[in-house]
Amino acid sequence: MVSNQAQSNLLTMRKLSIVAIAMFGFGFALIPFYQKICEVTGVNNVLKADAVGNTQVDTAHLVTIEFDSNISGKLPWSFRPLQSNVRVHPGELTTVMYEIRNTSDRAVTGQAIPSYGPQLAVRYFKKLECFCFTQQTLQPGETRQMPVVFVLDHGLPDEVNTITLSYAFFEIEGTAKKAG
Amino acid sequence: MQAAHDHAAHAHGHDAHAHHPSGIMRWVQTTNHKDIGTLYLIFSLTMFFIGGILAFGIRAELFQPGLQFWRPDFFNELTTMHGLIMVFGAIMPAFVGFANWQIPMMIGAPDMAFARMNNWSFWLLPPAALLLITSFFVPGGAPAAGWTIYAPLSTQMGPGMDLGIFALHIMGASSIMGSINIVTTILNMRAPGMTLMKMPLFVWTWLITAYLLIAVMPVLAGAITMVLTDRHFGTNFFNAAGGGDPVMFQHIFWFFGHPEVYIMILPAFGIVSQVIPAFARKPLFGYASMVYATSSIAILSFIVWAHHMFTTGMPAAGQLFFMFSTMLIAVPTGVKVFNWIATMWKGSMTFETPMLFAVGFILVFSMGGFTGLILAITPVDIQLQDTYYVVAHFHYVLVAGSLFAIFAGTYFWLPKWTGHMYDETLGKWHFWLSLVFFNVTFFPMHFLGLAGMPRRIPDYAMQFADFNMIASIGAFGFGLSQLLFVLGVVKCARGGGVKAPDKPWEGADTLEWTLSSPPPYHSFETPPVVK
Repeated sequence: MVSNQAQSNLLTMRKLSIVAIAMFGFGFALIPFYQKICEVTGVNNVLKADAVGNTQVDTAHLVTIEFDSNISGKLPWSFRPLQSNVRVHPGELTTVMYEIRNTSDRAVTGQAIPSYGPQLAVRYFKKLECFCFTQQTLQPGETRQMPVVFVLDHGLPDEVNTITLSYAFFEIEGTAKKAG
Repeated sequence: MQAAHDHAAHAHGHDAHAHHPSGIMRWVQTTNHKDIGTLYLIFSLTMFFIGGILAFGIRAELFQPGLQFWRPDFFNELTTMHGLIMVFGAIMPAFVGFANWQIPMMIGAPDMAFARMNNWSFWLLPPAALLLITSFFVPGGAPAAGWTIYAPLSTQMGPGMDLGIFALHIMGASSIMGSINIVTTILNMRAPGMTLMKMPLFVWTWLITAYLLIAVMPVLAGAITMVLTDRHFGTNFFNAAGGGDPVMFQHIFWFFGHPEVYIMILPAFGIVSQVIPAFARKPLFGYASMVYATSSIAILSFIVWAHHMFTTGMPAAGQLFFMFSTMLIAVPTGVKVFNWIATMWKGSMTFETPMLFAVGFILVFSMGGFTGLILAITPVDIQLQDTYYVVAHFHYVLVAGSLFAIFAGTYFWLPKWTGHMYDETLGKWHFWLSLVFFNVTFFPMHFLGLAGMPRRIPDYAMQFADFNMIASIGAFGFGLSQLLFVLGVVKCARGGGVKAPDKPWEGADTLEWTLSSPPPYHSFETPPVVK
């Protein structure tokens, strides 16, 4: 009786431990799962080139695009847009330039992440080309000018008259060591 | 029955029958569920006061606008550590303490299923607490990213965050082991004749809570492991630059976090479901519906997590889903509240301290439930996100919910545990002061939140000054009132007051009341037969 009890207890413990371990794995499985969901639903695709359909210029709607640049953490770069703002119509293909400069004496790799204000603009701001699509590696003292080519989608609500495009440059960890 | 008590005391002295060393080693080596229950409760009371002192620091700073006492980053450490300590150090271990004391006695089992593992589950906690508190003294200070330790703040902080993460890992491991123990005990060791649907509701709620813990504590462990590897091993789970996503952390955290809040309230429901019938002298109304309601709440808790994240830019379909599923939880919760009220209806009620706390629980917890419903409405939540309205809401459900139930349970079972009645006058003072000061503290926070005062900020605009001063006065009063609780418990435990009969409460009918007060060190070695 006692050993039966102990055995069935051990069996229950084993089953419950498997559940606990499986749930630990489940936490990690959420990462690819969410990435898949974002891919399928088109959320969070700010680092990929967009396809542009209608390029008819809508001259009735004039939108001011403001440019912002930030350095995140200890990245030893200077980073600025070469124009503070442009005024564009939806459908108009526009190119703007950003400039980065490595102010340190080592090669550093960085990645830029865009964000938009207001948030809903993300759906209508179509980037055809952007330095944020790839990582950027700068040699010591190197300066680089990089274009962003974009079109505003026609669906942009009329009440949106100003959009801020803001980039933050992050250092890719580990490159500092490799660059030695 | 007194003979049984003397016998147990005798055995303690001679170290013969009970097989335990005396002095401190008794507590270090103990595998007895009653000893371990006591350890859990003492630990949680200690942490409750440490967390309370931190809250004191928060409310002192917020007594007046401007910076009085702390640097802003230390204020963030205070709010973070107050949350972590109260959640993982005070509320959760208190309920595990109740589980250890009560579950074997309520189902007629001799002890917990894995007595040694039980010892280990407890003794993991003090080192974890020590790690957590030590983080105050390392460079950069304690974790200051809020108790939710959101990335990217948590991936950027100093070594204090590492200590916090290790502490959470250890506490999580302790919880998982404790839960496995509880589930096994309940499933395999019930007295003959005690079917699942005859179990006392406290046992039911703990069975479901333990399943929740086993399911979600490992998810938290995963999330903080990812934070740890992001911090030190070059992974990019939550680092946008490396292709990760900080919002991802929130999803994983709240997948743990929402069941976690039910982990902290379901055992409270169980305690209240034992206390109310005992003092209404009527059986619990709608026992089966209570069981189903508890299970529904537990299942629903897995599909509502993103209501904590309405401002992260979710698609409208997602917001609607999480809004409606959250509101759905009000249905089983309402079933429970109405069942408690129906239990009291036409009962011959008396209002001893446990009953006062249980009735107070129903009233004030329901208010917290309603503010929860209001926050479930997406457009309202977007307005109130991270304001004092949210702070008011979760203190109404956690302090007036979980904590009041813990007080109710303590006063209810203290006579059984210690063999002495607690001081009723002191208990009533404790209740009324707690209830009044609780509301003085947290009710004004609703107004502050509605007016837009953000949480976790050490300074505030001038127009919030009056309500903050009222809240601070209430908080000091609430904190000091808890000394009455300690006084009452210590008096009772040291043998003051009248000797408790085996069944001090007329309407109580579960198995533990058939034992002597205090129960013998080893109870139900021959299982009772339940008809």
